[in-house]
Order: sequence, then structure tokens, then C-alpha cells
Amino acid sequence: MLLYALKRLIYVLPVAVGVSIVCFMLVHIAPGDPLISVLPPDASADLREQIRRAYGFDKPLPVQYFIWLGNVMQGDFGTSIATGRAVAEELAKAVGNTLMLSVVATIIGFVLGCLFGFVAGFFRDTAVDKIASFISVIGVSVPHYWLGMVLVIIFSVQLNWLPATGAGPGGSGVWEWDWAHVRHLILPAVTMSVIPMGIVARTVRALVADILSQEFVQGLKAKGLFDRGVLRHVVKNAAPTALAVMGLQLGYLLGGSILIETVFSWPGTGFLLGQAIFQRDIPLLQGVILVLAMFFVFLNLAVDVMQSALDPRVQRS
Amino acid sequence: MTEKDHPLVRIRDLKVRFKGARDVFAVNGVSFDLPPGRVLGILGESGSGKSVTLKTLLRLLPEKRTDIGGVVEVEGRDVLALEGRALADHRGGVVSMIFQDPMLALDPVYTIGEQIAESVERHEGLDRKSAMKRALDMLERVRIPSPERRLKAYPHEISGGMRQRAMIALALACRPKLLLADEPTTALDATVQMQILLLLRELQKEFGMGVIFVTHDIGVAVEVCDEIAVMYAGEFVETGTVRDIIRNPKHPYTKGLLAANLHGAEKGHRLDAIPGAPPPLDVAPTSCSFAPRCAHATDRCRTAKPPAVALGPGRLVRCVLAEEGAAAA
Repeated sequence: MLLYALKRLIYVLPVAVGVSIVCFMLVHIAPGDPLISVLPPDASADLREQIRRAYGFDKPLPVQYFIWLGNVMQGDFGTSIATGRAVAEELAKAVGNTLMLSVVATIIGFVLGCLFGFVAGFFRDTAVDKIASFISVIGVSVPHYWLGMVLVIIFSVQLNWLPATGAGPGGSGVWEWDWAHVRHLILPAVTMSVIPMGIVARTVRALVADILSQEFVQGLKAKGLFDRGVLRHVVKNAAPTALAVMGLQLGYLLGGSILIETVFSWPGTGFLLGQAIFQRDIPLLQGVILVLAMFFVFLNLAVDVMQSALDPRVQRS
Repeated sequence: MTEKDHPLVRIRDLKVRFKGARDVFAVNGVSFDLPPGRVLGILGESGSGKSVTLKTLLRLLPEKRTDIGGVVEVEGRDVLALEGRALADHRGGVVSMIFQDPMLALDPVYTIGEQIAESVERHEGLDRKSAMKRALDMLERVRIPSPERRLKAYPHEISGGMRQRAMIALALACRPKLLLADEPTTALDATVQMQILLLLRELQKEFGMGVIFVTHDIGVAVEVCDEIAVMYAGEFVETGTVRDIIRNPKHPYTKGLLAANLHGAEKGHRLDAIPGAPPPLDVAPTSCSFAPRCAHATDRCRTAKPPAVALGPGRLVRCVLAEEGAAAA
């Protein structure tokens, strides 16, 4: 088990290097001059060159990459061109916020998705199944930024129950687990949970239906297990796949929260990414993309390790 | 009435119909008794209703889509009326089953030991530790090598023959009175097949169980059974002792099956296969189901169901030919 985890960890290294190269290249392939945002339009060519050198943009790309990579390894992501603050510092704050939002949304989505999925799978082709399946289709198909705005209109504007934006009283600030902060989390987290809820529900429904049609379920009934005993077996058979789907969904949420974070002005990585793109803030952009990509890599690792812990067939064969 | 008065299994006029877009009349009036400690083989080709008959004894058929009629009793208890806890106690406690492919019939994510222990815990209320001990004991009885290690193995980690042994251990863990075996050797290598058959026969004697053994292989049936029932299109067309069936088959279908056997076939000669295919069962048969494939069929066979001719205790043939033979004798 531990050996398997270590082995998987070593496989991550080449992937991580590849990811870092792609991140670096993507940003430099994109059109636009990063210095536009800091230089006045009428800056002299001399000044332009000076600034360019200061940021290291005059060196060949491979050299720039290795300098950047070397710094990143030491935790130095450079300085934001737009704000002048350390990228690492901005990232740390944003990552914390995004992580919290995504994890809470994934948990909500996973719990509801499993509930709907199991019920639909067990009572297949009944009215209950139809309702649960309908909800999950809606969950997958509704554009979540639109849903976010609708929820804001209902719960913030009309009912005035929950705040529409920010991650705490007075904008961002430091997070605390009290009602003043948590009420800021509710709308974005619920909005975000809708897609994983739908996907998990559909996956679990198909899984349960498939497992129930397998012969070993007859075998379990034939040895006299009660329904709850059979259910236990179904859950354990479904768990590895359901958890894998959840892990991937968490990855999507971490990397793809840009729309929701923009709608709710949630100070996370998606919000930061949006800012970095619009301001052509290359160091910030590289840092955010790298972190988001690494989220995905490590989540895949975690999913694999967890699956092997749950499903005896994965690691031993 | 005491238990002595009942046969272990009493089935009268069992009819099973699957409802759906197209109905299937899977079993059409099967009757038989099985005394305790005897082995009945049900012989027939795919789709003849063998497995359906077995599953009825455990009520494993999908309830909503199945119509079951007739009488099904095990130790005098009406199996078709069992509900809830009584049904769960019946399954695995009184009657248990081994399946054709143990790879599919065992849960892939639980160890062999856990799966056996689970059944023991459920039926005998033992704690996990004693149940595991019973599981180990059962693995020894089915002669699985290094049983301690296999106890902790998952089904995919052991060979096909060993899996079937584990399945047998699981089925016998709670000392059932009746074992249902649904082609338990079909998925195995020929060499392993024989070992499993011998093991089953030996355990059957040791535990004194009644066994209903379903197979399409006459050779296998001869090896383990006391009596044989030949099944065709959801009916028993001929029943008798192994000796009766092999030496003195009466029904043309039985004769055809015996003639189609590979044993003793000469190289270069065509095998005597039965021409045609089994009838579709979307309507209940009103005439002899075998008539379209039978060389001796008469108008009578095609218009009415053939009589069930009793030739002796437990010896029954559903054919007009047998009637003529019985009248002549």
C-alpha cells in the first residue's frame, strides 16, 4: 500500500515538470505585451528596455524558464507586475479561499449526488428514479454562473437573507468559521455544488444499477442476507468509482471556479486568474496556472491511492 | 404431521412465466419429490427452464416480472409464501446454491473469508471471530490448499477451481438441507471438473444433503446423480434413475441426447445431433413441444399434450410412444 503510494508519487514528477513547461510556454505564446499595464503609453524605448531587463523578459525563453523554475522550487513565484506584491503571498491567500469553497461545494455535491444516485439506482424505473434523474440532469445542464445570478437575485436582492459577494464582512479579510463568514459561503458553495451533484448522481445511479444486475448480488441474496446487508456490498463496490469521480470533480472545481468566483467576487484563484489575464500580469498568471494544474495532478494521485486502498483489484493486479 | 412425512422437496405443477413485452413461459408444469439425502439431476439444454426451476426454490427470480404458480415446498414449508425474515432464513440456512461461474457469483471486493463468515454470522449469530474460524474449517473441508492464506484472498487472486471450492464452502457453511447446483462445473477445466464433482459427491454424503444438480452434460449427471429428470421446453419429459435413463431411455428427446454424446463417436462419422431448435416459449405449449423435431411424431402429438406415462415409482415419460409400450407390456 505505502509502496504503491510512493511509486505513484514518483510518477508524478515527470508530469509536474511537463505541466510547468506548458504553463510557462502558454503564457508566453499568448499575444500582448505584459509591460503595457505598468508603462505609460508614451514611455521611451530606453525605459521600456530597462523595465524589460528588470523583469528578466530580455533573456531567451529557456533561460527564463529555468530561472523561473529555480525560483518556484524555492517558493518564490516572482512579483506581480500589476500590484507589486509577491505572487506567492497572493496565491496562498487565494488558494486557501478556493480550496475552502471547492471542498465545501464538493462535499455538498457528493452527499446529495450519492443520495440521489443510490435512491435512483435502487428504485430504478420508478417515479422516485425519474425525479432523482431529472434533478441530476438539471444539475449537469444548468449553466452555473446563470444559476449563481438567479440565486443572488432571489436570496440576496429579493429576500435579503444572504450576502451576494465577498468572503466575509467588509470584502475579504481573514476567514473565520462563524456565521458572519459562513453566510458568505452558502450561495457560491451551493451554486458550485450543482454540477458535481448531477455528475455524481448519474454515475452512482449507473453504478448501482450495474452492480445490482451482477450475479454476485443473487449470490448474496441466496445466502440469506437482508437488504441492508446487500446494500453494504453495493456501497463497497460502488465506492472506488464514486470517490474517483468526486476527486476529479474537486479538481474541476478548483481549476474551473473562475466564473463562480467572478459572479460572487470570491477572492480565490479563479478570481485571481481573471485579474491576471486582464492585466497581462505574467508572473501572477504563471503562478496561478501552475498551482491550478498541480492541484489536478495531486488530486489524481490522491484518487488513485484512495482507490487502491478501497478496491483490492487495483493495486495487486 | 412430523418432518418425516414430508419429502425434502415437493414440487407440484410448477409454472413460471416471465412477463414483459414478450411473455416467456419458462416452466410449464413441473412436478417432483426429492427425498432427503438424494441427488436429482436436471438435464436439459439452454433455455429449457432448469435454472429457473432452481431459482424458484430460493425465490431468486425478479418478483415483479414473474408469475409463479403451483406448489413449492421444502421440508413441508410453502416456499412461495415466505416473506421477509423467514425468506432470508430459508435462503442460505435451509437451501443454498452454488453458481455456474464463481468469479461472477462472489463479491469481488470482499475476501473469501469475509464472504463465508458473513453467511455464518447472519444465520447462526456467531461473532466475527468464531465465524472466521468456521470459514477456515469450511475451506479445509473443501480441501483448499493453505486455507489460512486463502481466507484473506480476494476472489480474483485464486484459481477457478479454488474459487468453486470456496463457493461450495460458502454454500455449505450453514449446513443446508438442500443444495442447489447450477452447472457448477461448466466454467471449469475438464480436469478440475472431475475433482469438483467428486468433492461434491463426497460432501453430499458427509452432510447428508439433498442436492438438485442442473447440467446439460450427461456425463456429469451420471457421475453425481441418483435420479435424472430430462427437461425440455419447461417440462420434465422423462424421469428415472440414472440407470433407467442411460440404459433404457424412452423419450425420443432423451434418446437423441444420448446419441449426440461425443463418447464412442467414431472419427469421420457425423454426430447424431437432434435436428431443429427448441421451440420459442412465448405461448404455453398445447401440444408436445418436441413434436416438430421428433421423427416419430404423429397428428396426436401435434394437437394435444402427450400423456405422462408412469412406468414405475419415479419413472415417468411424457410421450405417446411410452404409452404404447406400457400398454403392450
